[in-house]
Parts: sequence; structure tokens; C-alpha cells
Amino acid sequence: MMQQAVPPSEPLLAVDDLVVEYPVGQRTVHAVSGVSLQIARGETLGLVGESGCGKSTLGRAVLQLRRPTSGRVLFDGHDLTAMQGDALRMMRRRVQLIFQDPIASLNPRRKIGDIVAEPLVIAGIKDAEKRRELVYEVLSAVGLDPALVVGRLPHEFSGGQCQRICIARALILNPEFIVCDEPVSALDVSIRAQILNLLEEMKGRFGLTLLFIAHDLAVVKAVSDRVAVMYLGRLCEVGPSEQLFARPAHPYTALLIEAIPVPDPDIRPAVSVPVGEPPSPIAPPSGCRFRTRCPRADAQCSKEVPELRAVAPGQFAACHHPLI
Amino acid sequence: MSGNTLLSVEDVTVDLPTPRGNLRAVDRVNLTVGAGQTLGIVGESGCGKTMLSRAILQLLPKKAKLSGRVMFDGQDLFQLPAERLRRLRGRSLAVVFQDPMTSLNPVLTIGTQLIETLQEHLELDDATASRRSVELLTAVGIPAPEQRLGQYPHQLSGGMRQRVAIAIALSCEPKLLIADEPTTALDVTIQAQILDLLAREQRRRHMAMIIITHDLGVVAGRTDDVAVMYAGRVVERAPTPALFKKMRMPYTEALLAALPKLDAAPHTPLPAISGRPPDPTRPLQGCSFSPRCRYAAARCKNEKPALTEAESREHQYACFYPIEVHAEAGA
Ligand SMILES: Nc1ncnc2c1ncn2[C@@H]1O[C@H](COP(=O)(O)OP(=O)(O)OP(=O)(O)O)[C@@H](O)[C@H]1O
Ligand SMILES: Nc1ncnc2c1ncn2[C@@H]1O[C@H](COP(=O)(O)OP(=O)(O)OP(=O)(O)O)[C@@H](O)[C@H]1O
Ligand code: SF4
Ligand code: SF4
Ligand SMILES: [Mg+2]
Ligand SMILES: [Mg+2]
Repeated sequence: MMQQAVPPSEPLLAVDDLVVEYPVGQRTVHAVSGVSLQIARGETLGLVGESGCGKSTLGRAVLQLRRPTSGRVLFDGHDLTAMQGDALRMMRRRVQLIFQDPIASLNPRRKIGDIVAEPLVIAGIKDAEKRRELVYEVLSAVGLDPALVVGRLPHEFSGGQCQRICIARALILNPEFIVCDEPVSALDVSIRAQILNLLEEMKGRFGLTLLFIAHDLAVVKAVSDRVAVMYLGRLCEVGPSEQLFARPAHPYTALLIEAIPVPDPDIRPAVSVPVGEPPSPIAPPSGCRFRTRCPRADAQCSKEVPELRAVAPGQFAACHHPLI
Repeated sequence: MSGNTLLSVEDVTVDLPTPRGNLRAVDRVNLTVGAGQTLGIVGESGCGKTMLSRAILQLLPKKAKLSGRVMFDGQDLFQLPAERLRRLRGRSLAVVFQDPMTSLNPVLTIGTQLIETLQEHLELDDATASRRSVELLTAVGIPAPEQRLGQYPHQLSGGMRQRVAIAIALSCEPKLLIADEPTTALDVTIQAQILDLLAREQRRRHMAMIIITHDLGVVAGRTDDVAVMYAGRVVERAPTPALFKKMRMPYTEALLAALPKLDAAPHTPLPAISGRPPDPTRPLQGCSFSPRCRYAAARCKNEKPALTEAESREHQYACFYPIEVHAEAGA
């Protein structure tokens, strides 16, 4: 449906007008409302936005862990939303998910060796020796000493080590595409840098394509070729990382960039960040969903939903009054 | 540092008995905070930031062994009777934790919690206390404050809850506010709002503040002084501009370098600090940072550098081979 936001080459993943809604009682949470995007093979697309804007919902719907209300998800030309049962299970081997909270996403009672081997078991690889071999290989790849870790339990590891284990588990079936859902948000500055470097290294080594979700633009920029900015269920802006940072077109992107803490005492923190929080996705504002916090909002913004439009080569923004 | 010292932490050590042996969470820390000043305490997870703030507040786990002295507003906190201490805590010494639910009571409404705090410490009548509550919620940027008074914490977003926790902390006009990673659990935009809010209230009330974080970016524009902690000790301490202009401790430099830089091209590898801090139950004989330090030499393995007054009276660091040529100070 949307011809915009086209990546440089043939997409591995194409999300088309995706809608995900959650019923809560009599009402509906409009978590993802008509998102379209594409990711080229070998590309990292960063996805940023505030808490609750629908990033995880989008990531899970892409992998069909939550069936979308409407819209299509094309993976390597196959429509995942139309797939069921075995066909879907086969496709799932090619895609993986890494979560924000590494400790919580590991079963506390299972040994690391079993946790990492689990996808192999599910995939029906019965040869225990073969499994052990693959587990050792992937644990070494993520920088852990297999002999030291396979027999231990998750609580014996730090947050950073747990995230390495999660990454190993995600890599073991040799996937092509991984959704990384805030993989470093729970980690402190130094461990964060280690894990970001590891993801980059693994991406090169395994030829991965990534959807990298985070709420910190600086982190996203460090690993992404292109960045998509999301607000209250909709995409605001998509573009090549550096270009987006140098010249954001959407007022919300500009706000996110301003909010990044800069380690320089001469730069006084911005005070223009508007007080107030995103409105409820149960009753999103009419027109542009960002209008209740936008300094440029006018009458048109409350009436018409802005569509994604090209504002520069490869850069698209959904705004009636873009900054560029 | 201004001449008017409000808080002075003197040789404070916190030991925790654990099944693996004694764990020294805080190791002979000395710090001062002047009235109306802001101090940032920065360091990796587990370096003792929270234990130090809990030592100041006298909110340590029961089994903890504490030594040293903490003088606050002319009183020796370690010698104060429990009742006096409790009154002091709500009143002139306030705290905001990383997880707002640590300080909020889930079964009481926001209004009840604010009003109770105000009445307990300031002996206000009901009408005045509830008017003050509304003023406080307004001050921390909560829309429709009258309605919020009747809501429970779980009905608010994380950012809102932290604002409420700040409102409660500010309610009795404290002289010192300790904010322990007040924004780590929050989004970048909400983080910026909360930090701005704290800075504004701090100036307006001429309140002193300690901001604890693992992100040097958070303290850069918002503090007067910075103390960098590693493995329970303060390893560098300086007025904020001096620290960023000329950091001397390799650990401080490494912490700064590990931050993603906005002006770096995507896919630039980050100079991560390899490895992890030492096991606090197995203290090293030499410099605690030596296994990870790229400048480490033989002496570093055998001897522990003291926090000496080398750069200037205000700028101290604990290192035998401080950085001479200063690397670029980040973004
Ligand atoms: N199972 C569910 N039932 C009802 N509402 C839900 C459910 N899961 C998520 N939501 C709501 O959908 C919206 C989007 O949530 P989502 O978790 O996708 O956001 P997010 O961008 O990942 O946020 P965060 O940064 O906090 O992880 C939120 O308003 C959330 O409260
Ligand atoms: N209740 C406790 N009992 C025993 N050890 C503890 C306890 N709480 C913390 N510790 C240990 O004390 C040391 C210092 O912990 P502290 O919580 O002060 O670190 P921190 O710098 O605040 O870290 P973070 O950034 O993760 O909050 C750590 O080694 C920690 O494991
Ligand atoms: S469409 Fe209007 S309200 Fe929305 S971002 Fe643009 S200017 Fe702001
Ligand atoms: S004392 Fe040695 S090991 Fe420690 S920080 Fe200085 S140079 Fe590095
Ligand atoms: Mg999420
Ligand atoms: Mg802490």
C-alpha cells in the first residue's frame, strides 16, 4: 500500500499497513495503526519511540507471536500472516527474537546448556552430540567459555552475560532475521557497549538482518543503517540514520534527539522538552497523534492524519508542517 | 565547593556479610556536598552507589556493618537516635529511588500519601495539606492534579509515578535530595523532563542534591561536582567542568568512551570496557581497575593507589599513571 520507506535493495521483510489492536474490556488499545516498512537483506533498521508506543507489539506481530488485526508481513516473499501450523513453524526457524530483560527471559531452573539448545530440540534435531557441538560453537561465538557455562543456572550470571546467552540462543538455528527488542536497555553503559559490539559482530558473521528496537536514539544510531521513529502506534519518520540525525523532519524526531543526554558540561540540557506524556492509545487524538505535544500543531493537524511523504532522498515524514 | 558544607561523608565503609565471605560494598569514601550544590555519583552497576546513599540515609540492610562518620547539617547521623533520624529523613533529607514503587505505597492513593507526609512532618491541617498537595503535583508537571489525588500508583505511567515520588520527596522542603538513578527506568524524553524538573526545583528551593547514575551524559550539564566510583571506592572526584576538560583516571575516560557518540557514523565499534568489575568479596591487592585498564603496569597489580590531591585541591584521582594527554571529551 505504501510505496514509501523503500530500502536500498530487495527487501527481506516488508510490513504492509499493519494494524494490531488489543481488546481491553469494552475498549480497544490501538497499539499499532497502519505501519508499513521494509528491511533489506543485511540491513539493520532501528525502531525508536517512547514507552508504550507499540514497538514490541510491532516486533511481535512481525514474527506472528501476536497475530495482527489486519495488514501483511512478507518475509522473503512469503506472507506470514496467511501461514499456519507447520509452514509457519518452518518459517519461524529463520526468524528470532531477543528480549529486553535478559534475566527474566531465561528459565531460572534450567541449565544454560539446555536453554541454548532448546530451539534445536523444538526444531527436531535429535542427535544430542550434534546439539552439544552447536551449543559449544554458538556460546564461544558470543564470547562465553562453553565448558564453564553450560552446567550453570541463569542466576549465576550477570545481566550482560545473560544477554550473551540470549543472543546465543537466538543464533543457534542460524536465523536470517532477528528482532532485537531493547536488548541493551537494562544494561549499564559499559556492558551496553560490549553487547552492541557483539550484536554488530554477529550480524557480520552470520549475515543477519535486524530490526533493532530501543528508546534511546544514540544507541539506535550506533547500529542502524536506517531509523524508523514511532509515536503512539504510527510511524512519524523513516530515513538513513545520519541524515535523520542531521536534519530531522518530524517535530517528534527533533524532540527525541534533543532529549539525548550529551556528556559535555558546556552543553546545557535542553529545556524545551514539553511537559506531558503521550495520550492513551485507547483514545488517540484525531488527526496527527502527536499534536497534543507538538509545538507546531495547528487546526489542520487535528483534522487530517498526515501520511508519510518524502522530505529528502530516502527520508520520509508524516507531518503537515515538517521541519525540512 | 562553596564554604558552606551541608553534608560530609568521612571515611565511610560498608561491609556486608555474604555466604561467599565479607563483601565490602563501600570502601573508605570521603565526600562533601555544599548547601544548594549538586553532586553526581557515577559508576557501573554494583560499584556501591546505592549502598553509599543508603549509608548516608541510614537505610542499610540490617546485617550491614558500617564505619566512618556522616555529618549532615551539623549533626552526626550515625549517632542520632532512631526517632530523630526518622523525622530527619522525611523532612530535611529526602530520597528518590530508581523504581518509584519503592517509595510509593501501592494500596494508598497519591493524595493520601502526599497529605500524610505533609501532616506528619509539617503539622498542617487537612485543607492546607491538600492544597499543598495539589501545588506540589502541579510543580512536578502532573496535569489535572486534583483528579490524581484520588488515584492509585498503578493507575499512573512510570514517568508519572516518578513525578509523584519526587513531589513527595520535595513536599517538606528538604535541604538535601538524594536521587538514586531516578530516570534509569524511564524513556529518554521522560528522563530529560524529570532531570529538568529536579534541576529546576533544586535551584528554586536552593536545595542540595546528589544524583546517582551510570551515565556520564546525565551528570555533565546538571551537576557542580562529580565523584566517579569503582569497586566501592571514589576513584576520581572533581568540579564537573574540570572533570570533563581533563579527566585523569583511566576508568572515567573508559566510561565516557563507552557511550555511543551521536557524531560517530553508524556501525562504528564502541570502545567497550572489557570484562567486569572484580568480585567484591575477593578484593584485589592492587588497583581494582587494573585487570581492565589499558594503562596498567606492574605497580598497579601490587599497590592500591590512594585518592590523592594531585590535579588541584578539588580535583582528585586514584591512579599511578593518570592520563596526561587528554582524549576528546565525547560528543
Ligand atoms: N497484551 C496486551 N493487552 C492490552 N494492551 C496491551 C498489551 N500489550 C501491550 N498493550 C498496550 O499496547 C500499547 C503498546 O505496547 P508495547 O508494549 O508494544 O509498547 P512499547 O513501545 O514496546 O513500549 P516499551 O518501550 O515500554 O516496551 C501500550 O499502550 C500497552 O499498554
Ligand atoms: N542486600 C545486599 N546483601 C549483600 N550484598 C549486596 C546487597 N545489596 C547490594 N549488595 C552488593 O553490594 C555491592 C554494591 O551494590 P550497590 O547496590 O550499592 O551498587 P550500585 O552501584 O548501586 O549498582 P546499580 O547501578 O546496579 O544500582 C554489589 O556488589 C552488590 O552485589
Ligand atoms: S502534523 Fe502537525 S501536530 Fe503532527 S507533527 Fe506535524 S506539525 Fe506537529
Ligand atoms: S593505577 Fe594503574 S591500573 Fe589503576 S587506573 Fe591507574 S594506570 Fe590503570
Ligand atoms: Mg517494548
Ligand atoms: Mg544502585
